[in-house]
Amino acid sequence: MDIELLYEAILAGILLGCFYAAVSLGLSIAFGLLDVPHIAHPAFLVLGAFATYVLVGHGLDPILGGVLLMPLFFVLGLGVYQFYYVTFERRGTDQGLRGLAFFFGIAFIVEVLLILRFGVDQRMVEAPYIGQSLELGDTRVPWRMIVAFGVALVLMLGLTIFLSRTFIGRAIKAVAQDEGALRLMGADPVRIKRLAFGLAVAITALTGALLIVVGPVDPGLGRIYIGRTFCVVVLGGLGSVPGTIVAGLILGVVESIVLSTAGAAWAPAVAFGILLLVLAVRPAGLFGR
Amino acid sequence: MKALRFLALAAAALLFAGVAAAQQPIKIGIGIAQTGPLGGGGKAALLALNMWVDDVNARGGLLGRKVQLIAYDDQSNPATTPGIYTKLLDVDKVDLLIAPYGTNPTAPIMPLVKQRDLLLMGNFSFDVNAQIKHDKWFNNAPWGAGAVQWGGTFLEAGKQLGAKTIAFLAADAEFAQNLCTGGRAIAKAIGLQNVYDQNYPPNTVDFSSMLRAVRNAKPEIVFICSYPSESAAMVRAVNEIGVGPSVKLIGGGMVGLQFAPIMESLGPMLNGFVNYNSYVPEKTLDNPGIREFLAKYRTRAIAEKVDPLGFYLPPYNYAIGQMIEQAVTATKSLDQKVLADYIHKNEMKTIVGNIRYDAVGEWATPKMVMAQFRGIKGKDLEQFRQPGKQVIIAPAAIKTGDVLPFDKARN
Repeated sequence: MDIELLYEAILAGILLGCFYAAVSLGLSIAFGLLDVPHIAHPAFLVLGAFATYVLVGHGLDPILGGVLLMPLFFVLGLGVYQFYYVTFERRGTDQGLRGLAFFFGIAFIVEVLLILRFGVDQRMVEAPYIGQSLELGDTRVPWRMIVAFGVALVLMLGLTIFLSRTFIGRAIKAVAQDEGALRLMGADPVRIKRLAFGLAVAITALTGALLIVVGPVDPGLGRIYIGRTFCVVVLGGLGSVPGTIVAGLILGVVESIVLSTAGAAWAPAVAFGILLLVLAVRPAGLFGR
Repeated sequence: MKALRFLALAAAALLFAGVAAAQQPIKIGIGIAQTGPLGGGGKAALLALNMWVDDVNARGGLLGRKVQLIAYDDQSNPATTPGIYTKLLDVDKVDLLIAPYGTNPTAPIMPLVKQRDLLLMGNFSFDVNAQIKHDKWFNNAPWGAGAVQWGGTFLEAGKQLGAKTIAFLAADAEFAQNLCTGGRAIAKAIGLQNVYDQNYPPNTVDFSSMLRAVRNAKPEIVFICSYPSESAAMVRAVNEIGVGPSVKLIGGGMVGLQFAPIMESLGPMLNGFVNYNSYVPEKTLDNPGIREFLAKYRTRAIAEKVDPLGFYLPPYNYAIGQMIEQAVTATKSLDQKVLADYIHKNEMKTIVGNIRYDAVGEWATPKMVMAQFRGIKGKDLEQFRQPGKQVIIAPAAIKTGDVLPFDKARN
């Protein structure tokens, strides 16, 4: 393989990997930290993408649109978790397939509502950085991937600081470790989990905006991202933001290099093969405890 | 007296049953994508079929009976179609079948249809009957049997531009693989050197790595066999990172570049791409009835939020209805063999032209359009209704212009 091609593939892979990490962040909180089988996460991503599409139609920049949608999605997340808590967790019926079925149901409802509102066609958005590229010598890098990379970095950095430096953030990490101990400290674990789930869904508003910036979106796209996002979260180690970043980068770079070589069709097999190998050596994932 | 009364009642019951049977609608069944990657095309196709049902019922139906279309969503998932068609046959008891839109969902039902010896009107499949050779299969698609018309016209255009090398980029799925396999054989036969040949996994997010590899191989023709989301992503990636100055011709088998939402979103990025199509608003394709159909379709499509242009699938789906109508009316029968014999032997008159079928149930005289996007400005969808935006470069019988090298057509 040509060394220049390899360098370009790694560069493209880093950009793609950061995007994969960003779209997995919400799941990392909901599934990794809260142990909620949030299989509707990709559906919320797509919902975020379509909500961004609507705002872009009113003249807003997609990234700004995603940021503006975050409070709305936060409230949506609070509502979904409250419903899940009342109907499943409080009764102790959230174990096994029941919780999973609940979120599958949510995912289907979101998909059907999007189809009813927007039809099944693919949607794309326009922005000054979409369709243009940055020239670095002979290498041209799409601006939309650079923007997605930058937003993903800021988001991940912000989330890391929030989880480690703020009271709520530390409480979220505590609820992941020992709910009972948190209760003894006088904090309400249900409230903390509700806030954390709200945060997880709020993040999907912005990452959904990244989704429609990076490529075309249709209401059924979430199904494709179920495998990718769970793979990133599990590979990185449940609930670890740095792990999510590293896992996203591994997946992105591997996919990009394999797509550049003679066995492009093997890209998903190689990426998921790495997941199996890592889990065989470290069952808790790269940064899992 | 009692016996007479019983006989009278029995006769009345038989008469009533006969009338009731006569009033039963003729049921036509189809499983067609309404969701998933093929859903956009499938919805537009189903609208056209419903338009035909409305029209034929307004004319009094078929054989004095109303026509009823029973449709299920196959979710663009080939695994669902055998179950859907079994239900259509055994539960809904349909009289006639129309195949799903596309090759991948159709391939799994071919054994079922052959086993039960049923008439099946194909719906934009590619080569699904090549191996099975079912004698009651009639595919309504302009490309005919094999990849000669499809890949052949595209590659010949490349030869006209003086190209000697070619790259293949294909989705790892049935249709794309069938098309690319044919394309490779034709490329070899006409002396093109294959310098890059890769299959990619469906749903690939970013094509920049693959396009860099293509650019590195310096091909003069890039033959792409892709599905809608990948087609859009590839056009965008070509616009962003380029495909190299060596490329004179790019496109060929990109599904999705015929759909209004994608055309509208990509706008000028489409300029220069040469791609297959079934209908474009050029004067050489002005078949009787098609403009009237498209005008009626447009009104309903906007109301039903489906592809507002409706060039690609809708006229052909309406034409499937017309063929069924012609065959049933002429033979006065719903017998599968009688209908199949009629379609084999007679010219079918439709809004997409007069069609004759060959032995394997494909168009005997293919008329697939290979068109080059030119002069697209901005993202106004209405411009695609004007002639000159998709210039037909092949086949010769309907050609409206010569192919231009990729870089010139982009300027």
